Amino acid sequence: MTLRTVWIFAGLTLREASRRRVVRSLAGLMLVLLAVSAFGFSRIDAEFSGLTTGEAYLATSTVLNLVMFGLSLIAALGTAFLAGPILAGEIESGMALAILARPIRRSAVLVGKWLGLAGFGSGFVAAAGLAQLLVVWATTGYWPPSPFVGLALLAGQTVVLLTLGLLLSTLISPMASGIVAVGLFGATWIAGVVGGLGVALENEAVERVGTVSRVLLPTDGLWRGAMNAFQSPGLLSQFTEAFEGHPFLSASGLTAAYVLWAVVWVALMLALSAMSLVRRDL
Amino acid sequence: MLLGLVHPDAGQVLLLGRRAGDPEARARVGYLPELFRYQPWLSAAEVVALHVKLSGVEVDDGAQRESLAAVGLGERARDRVGGFSKGMQQRLGLAVALVSRPELVILDEPTSALDPLGRADVRDLVTSLRERGVAVLLNSHLIGEVERVCDRVVILDKGRLAASGTLAELLGRRELRLRLETVDDRALARLAAAGEVTRAGDAFTVVLEDADVVPDLVADLVALGVRVHSVEPARISLEQRLLDILREP
Repeated sequence: MTLRTVWIFAGLTLREASRRRVVRSLAGLMLVLLAVSAFGFSRIDAEFSGLTTGEAYLATSTVLNLVMFGLSLIAALGTAFLAGPILAGEIESGMALAILARPIRRSAVLVGKWLGLAGFGSGFVAAAGLAQLLVVWATTGYWPPSPFVGLALLAGQTVVLLTLGLLLSTLISPMASGIVAVGLFGATWIAGVVGGLGVALENEAVERVGTVSRVLLPTDGLWRGAMNAFQSPGLLSQFTEAFEGHPFLSASGLTAAYVLWAVVWVALMLALSAMSLVRRDL
Repeated sequence: MLLGLVHPDAGQVLLLGRRAGDPEARARVGYLPELFRYQPWLSAAEVVALHVKLSGVEVDDGAQRESLAAVGLGERARDRVGGFSKGMQQRLGLAVALVSRPELVILDEPTSALDPLGRADVRDLVTSLRERGVAVLLNSHLIGEVERVCDRVVILDKGRLAASGTLAELLGRRELRLRLETVDDRALARLAAAGEVTRAGDAFTVVLEDADVVPDLVADLVALGVRVHSVEPARISLEQRLLDILREP
């Protein structure tokens, strides 16, 4: 019954996302982003035809990572603001009363909704990201070294953020949970950029800011891994140290330990959310 | 607490013989919350189907449609709940509470958003559930509603049990209100023989132990030359009893 409940709520969440026109809004935003980026990449190709291959790859990789950041931001905003209403909103409005009075476990409802959101967020990132890579390939001929690893890491980043949004929505109001989740996402990204500058300046204390923030909230770590998978290999080694600490280029890929930590982090946050929801009086 | 929505501070709650914390205890329970809201992006039929799935009970499509028809939503089954009025949502809530053939139905203020016709429908529904042997726990501030449909009444005051029992046990005595003229001492004695009498002008109230004495009493009064303008059997209302209980120091 518990597994059945999980599936029921995963399906219900996907249906909610499609019926509430979230899919349509995100698809609309994505189309705009794809069109603008297609135009931009075609201009890079046309106006910088005098560049060497390495220089062209640098320009394309940077702009691709910038566009991918925009995509991940759309996914993050979409899922974080969807995660709040989907749980806290139902509790606030009273919709959860009739549902949770059924012979089901609250934790199964939570996991089901998480699974639905994760499927939705990951699906969106995978489809939109792939479309973006195809646009770049069609306009500039650039194809990243590990596109699927990059897309998987981007999807992972979305899952991390929506898990945080879900945890927050068991504790605070739906709107506040969305704002806090997106705020923390932004703060971690900035901390990551600061940490990158620390590496470039060989300042360990500043570097630690990025490292600690990446452990506390793995969104930025996964994002940097995704950037590394999208950019041309060996790019940084070919160019000067001036590119160290660049916010849209990543010096190294992710370690397996970090990816494992991100998985453990998600499981921990999900368990905390379940505990919080189970103890809550409705 | 019965449904596991609020945690008790102490004590144990049993629901249909099982510990209330166990989700399976709720398998045969239908619930209409006071704060009734259903997924606005689903149709009425989809909301009912969702609750059938969650209850784990097999209910075929025909029975699901019937449950909506029983609350007057048969024609609106395919419409999105987002477009429903509060009254329609409350009717949908009733269908949701009853669709899985529950043994116990908990209705929390089930007529708060309904018009007089809707209230009468709910009373009929509760009565038909009682006739089918389904236990109904009706929580309401509409005392008249409670008095009309309930067998047993529990009065809570600040979370504590103030009184409980059948309506007869709670309301107890019956009264007879009469408006009489030309009442002499013999007629007064006849009234006093029937029960405790209070008089205000030509209005008399007799507290009766047994309602069957009324025809004989009226015949005797007429034989004694009393002009009888009105005879009105009455019972202390549940509302009055409730106020008496809650105002007791």
